[in-house]
Amino acid sequence: MEPATDRSATVEPRDPMPDGYRRTLVRQIAQHAHSEIIGMQPEGEWIARAPSLRRKAILMAKVQDEAGHGLYLYAAAETLGTPREELLDALHTGRQKYSSIFNYPTLTWADVGAIGWLVDGAAIVNQVPLCRCSYGPYARAMVRICKEESFHQRQGFEILHTLSHGTPAQKAMAQDAVDRFWWPSLMMFGPPDADSPNTVQSMAWGIKRFTNDELRQRFVDIAVPQAEALGLTLPDPELRWNEERGHWDFGTPDFAELAEVVAGRGPCNAQRLAHRVRAHEDGAWVREAAAAYAAKRAARTPTREPAA
Amino acid sequence: MTTRAEWPLWEVFVRARRGMAHVHVGSLHAPDAEMALRNARDVYTRRQEGVSLWVVPATAVVASTPDLQGAFFEPAADKDYRHPTHYSVPEGVDHL
Repeated sequence: MEPATDRSATVEPRDPMPDGYRRTLVRQIAQHAHSEIIGMQPEGEWIARAPSLRRKAILMAKVQDEAGHGLYLYAAAETLGTPREELLDALHTGRQKYSSIFNYPTLTWADVGAIGWLVDGAAIVNQVPLCRCSYGPYARAMVRICKEESFHQRQGFEILHTLSHGTPAQKAMAQDAVDRFWWPSLMMFGPPDADSPNTVQSMAWGIKRFTNDELRQRFVDIAVPQAEALGLTLPDPELRWNEERGHWDFGTPDFAELAEVVAGRGPCNAQRLAHRVRAHEDGAWVREAAAAYAAKRAARTPTREPAA
Repeated sequence: MTTRAEWPLWEVFVRARRGMAHVHVGSLHAPDAEMALRNARDVYTRRQEGVSLWVVPATAVVASTPDLQGAFFEPAADKDYRHPTHYSVPEGVDHL
């Protein structure tokens, strides 16, 4: 395939492409889309309990953005010839995955901050290189998403900063959230390079630009000084600056835990999926009613205003 | 429980500012044109990205075939005399 091996060119939906390239993209973009809409749940749980009207408005805007990101990505996946219904069905029946991070619970308000700062922060590190991905519709969706993610990360940082500079109890709540979300955030980059057999092929196709471990290192390097600015610590005794490498050394995430969560045995897997399926089924009458209304109107009014 | 009849696909075009052309930004599903416009507003213009929206049924778009890209655009390939850079202009001649 010419365009994907030539890093400057972009593959567009109707271009010829190898089956493996198409399959890999559908799987990756769908998993990404699923992550966006499942990701609405842990934060959505806190909308009604947000500590102020401002925080509530911000959180609603953020959760709405996640829905929007899911829609950009489903549309990108559909350009590869897989219908939306099929993608949702694959999510609902567990044939396709979503990011392991959303299988952890949000126990306190500070968790909303930790998700914004760490989880969205890790997502940004993962997603910025995808803006140059070889598949045009995916790359373009990522450009939109990355622009919107930076507000998400800042609002999370601000929540933690406020808590960290509040009462001792508030600071302890912020520290507890960071302690629980730090390692799962590092796991978001996937297994170590040695155990990531698809990485080489994805890099050759221009879908991936950096390896899991490279991105994980980048994230740690960015997060350490930010934690310092927050006045919070990161729960890793092995964390120290390596003058020679010019990077932070850090401990190894518990990849056995990651494998368990990916296999469906994380703290909230069953709850997240059940909630998603229920929301879809409860919304069936809305989809049916809208289709019936559209059919009735189409039968009655054939004219439409011209574009201006 | 799933409804197999999917809502049709619409292509979305946004005019970012007055004086600019509408630009394709993506697509979405909606049961009819009115809902497509409302959904496009919510999905693609949450941050004042536009002052005007077009939604077009995806089935109404007629596209050239990528396979024939070379042949289709070939007639323009050997006519560089259509570009001003084809012509040499004597030293000192301005405004040409």
